[in-house]
Amino acid sequence: MQLIVNGERRDIAAAHVDALLRELEFEGTHFVVAVNYEVVQRARWGETALKDGDEVEILTPRQGG
Amino acid sequence: MLTLYGKTFSSRLLIGTALYPSPAIMQEAIRASGAQIATVALRRETAGGKSGNNFWSLIRELEVAVLPNTAGCRSVREAVTTAQMARELFGTSWIKLEVIADDETLQPDVVGLVEAANILVKDGFEVFPYTTEDLGVAQRLVDAGCRVVMPWAAPIGSARGLINRDALKLMRARLPDITLVVDAGLGAPSHAADAMELGYDAVLLNTAVAKAADPVNMASAFKLGVESGRIAYEAGLMGARDFASPSTPVIGTPFWHAVS
Repeated sequence: MQLIVNGERRDIAAAHVDALLRELEFEGTHFVVAVNYEVVQRARWGETALKDGDEVEILTPRQGG
Repeated sequence: MLTLYGKTFSSRLLIGTALYPSPAIMQEAIRASGAQIATVALRRETAGGKSGNNFWSLIRELEVAVLPNTAGCRSVREAVTTAQMARELFGTSWIKLEVIADDETLQPDVVGLVEAANILVKDGFEVFPYTTEDLGVAQRLVDAGCRVVMPWAAPIGSARGLINRDALKLMRARLPDITLVVDAGLGAPSHAADAMELGYDAVLLNTAVAKAADPVNMASAFKLGVESGRIAYEAGLMGARDFASPSTPVIGTPFWHAVS
């Protein structure tokens, strides 16, 4: 299916958030995920299903003022 | 002591983490500033989670409280979602709320700001709104439940100091129970002292330190500027006069009005 991940349209095989992060080879622990403007708590990554056209944002701490 | 939503701090300087020449200089400057609160942003991860982890470990080493921001958000929806993501990521209900009206001026969208503040306060957030010096807007933010209001001194990164000092003075007088932080537009330690002399509770700055020729020494200078301004405010500044007033007593002046 196609997802929009951080603003880019991508073909993704993963059906859930945790599988998506594995598929995109995300390492480390310091990021947060929202699907269609809804925060997905880390404990729910495994049970949160993705569907075609979902907008996924994966954010991380960065320099800011 | 500075109190922000029930937490107390001895330093009255809040500092940003952006624009430094290197991560090491960022750390050294923040330490030199004495700040106990640092602002951070959230951005799209591009390197598999590694870049965020690296930056975060630098911040953790500083042992400061973290104030996440919603910098760059252009709508209420973006700002609210970013705040919720920040709460999940950083484990804090604090949020420096920015809703930007214009990319060039970085002027706050005050209508969107009040709307987002209302939503976030109801959602349990402790909101630090970045706003203009407009008292009416500040009052709306207080009505929304903000106990801290952060008016700009001047546009972000402009280094111009308090361009509408009278309005900032009025806001201080009219919101005596609200914690007021001057956020943005400071360029020199004297600007920070100026804000503190007006009775502001704290200042938040970033560019003036990060873009100085020597950020570490500039951070020390701002630390002293904030402390100086606060002590002066507590000591009670004398009122200004239009004309001279002698500082030396005139009684007993020699050769004065000599009688023939």
